[in-house]
Amino acid sequence: MIDLDAALLAPFREFPFMRRALVATVALALGAGPIGCLLVLRRMSLVGDAMAHAVLPGAAAGFLLAGLSLPAMSAGGFVAALAVALAAGFVTRSTAQREDASFAAFYLIALAAGVLMVSLGGSRVDLMHLLFGSVLAVDDAALLQIAAVSSVTLLGLAAMIRPLVMETLDPVFLRSVGGPGAASHVLLLVLLVANLVSAFQAMGTLMAVGLMMLPAGSARFWVATLPALAALAAALGIAGGVAGLLLSYHAELPSGPCIVLVCGALYLLSVLAGAREGVLARHRRRHIHLTA
Amino acid sequence: MNAAVRLHDLTIAYRGHPAVHHLSGGFAAGRLTAVVGPNGAGKSSLMSVLAGTRRDFQGRIEHLQPCPVAYLPQAASLDRSVPVTVREVVSMGLWPRLRSFRRVDDAGRAAVTRALASVGLAGLERRLIGELSAGQVQRVLFARVLVQDAPLILLDEPFNAIDARTTSDLLRLLGRWRQEARTVIAVLHDLEQVREHFDEVLLLARQAVAWGPTVQVLRAEHLLKARSMAESWDDTAGVCRELA
Repeated sequence: MIDLDAALLAPFREFPFMRRALVATVALALGAGPIGCLLVLRRMSLVGDAMAHAVLPGAAAGFLLAGLSLPAMSAGGFVAALAVALAAGFVTRSTAQREDASFAAFYLIALAAGVLMVSLGGSRVDLMHLLFGSVLAVDDAALLQIAAVSSVTLLGLAAMIRPLVMETLDPVFLRSVGGPGAASHVLLLVLLVANLVSAFQAMGTLMAVGLMMLPAGSARFWVATLPALAALAAALGIAGGVAGLLLSYHAELPSGPCIVLVCGALYLLSVLAGAREGVLARHRRRHIHLTA
Repeated sequence: MNAAVRLHDLTIAYRGHPAVHHLSGGFAAGRLTAVVGPNGAGKSSLMSVLAGTRRDFQGRIEHLQPCPVAYLPQAASLDRSVPVTVREVVSMGLWPRLRSFRRVDDAGRAAVTRALASVGLAGLERRLIGELSAGQVQRVLFARVLVQDAPLILLDEPFNAIDARTTSDLLRLLGRWRQEARTVIAVLHDLEQVREHFDEVLLLARQAVAWGPTVQVLRAEHLLKARSMAESWDDTAGVCRELA
């Protein structure tokens, strides 16, 4: 018989670093879930990934200038990712290139520049740390940053939700009534980058995208409306975060990948068993049609 | 003529090529005007400029009085996979009053309910738009126009790929708008529909071939001229080269 207390509660009760990691992942999931849902609805799922790579050269610049300083690396990463978003947006608007292609071009440039900068000033361990983080090393400063960004994210989305949804649904209409379509798009990009950067120390930017997109993708297989999607995505992210932390603790594995893999397992489960358009639900419906 | 909107030498470029050239004239106030013409004649470009969603034009657009415009873009602009309800889509018509932050009040809610009843969708308020047929979606969008309650209404191909029953129901709404002295400008393809329901026609082939009362515009020689102009279009021409 497995001791449930030892398996589920004791790690958090006994180790402060596990408690901090728990709070960090819960806060990250609360902000990342709703953002992921909006990205999925706007067909921007890959933009999150592109932004995560684009953070690297800025963070590397911060690292080269100030060493392992969270504010310097965060600020650098934030600026670099926004610069990539602006450059990609500019190329999309002023040429015939489609948005996905221009985003891909600029994030690859940024990624290569970032890797080069890290190799100039640091070791491979630093690079791994930048990309994949370490949730068990979250200190109070990082925790405050994560909590602040998650709070601002939820408030910002609440303030702009009406134009954001309208722009997703019918951008031409929103423009015809003079609504802030472009502003809401920019706000979403800024919040996206802020969330990736705040997740930096805890999970690394690459793993943070996993916490953002996998729960959002899973939620679509269970519920339909936007409030339900956002709530379920946040809940799945929290569940994946807690389970991933425990897995990482007991199996002595890196925490970021554990969290994302648990979220991935929940995603695969949703694809298979989801009540809305899941593989099994579709199969069952087709069967009913045939026998009816 | 009392024009709700008057165009002065309007020229619109589309990707650096001419879409509409040197168009001058007025849309009669309180009447139904159809905009017809061959594919690529600049009809949708004209509508988006009138709606204010495009600003890259030369010339001048003069409104009789500054007024809100209700614009129904082509069906393709709506992403039906976004999970919003019928009531939410129709409530978008309240944007000028509510903007980002104000709550939908009782008057707004009542206007939405009335509009849904007018388009025959009472009872479907809570359905997601992704679950509706193309005809039902078009009814929802007409309800949104009703809620906008604008004196100037722009419809871009409102009956494309819509079933006959829905089309005839929605055409009745156009008649109601004329009674309410609203100005309606609609891009259409079906000339029978235009003859039967519209007072005026702008026959467009990048420039105005004819513009005026329906019976005078929809004559064989005008239609022939529009078609032959379309055949001679050179899409690499500069914006302002006059057609031979």
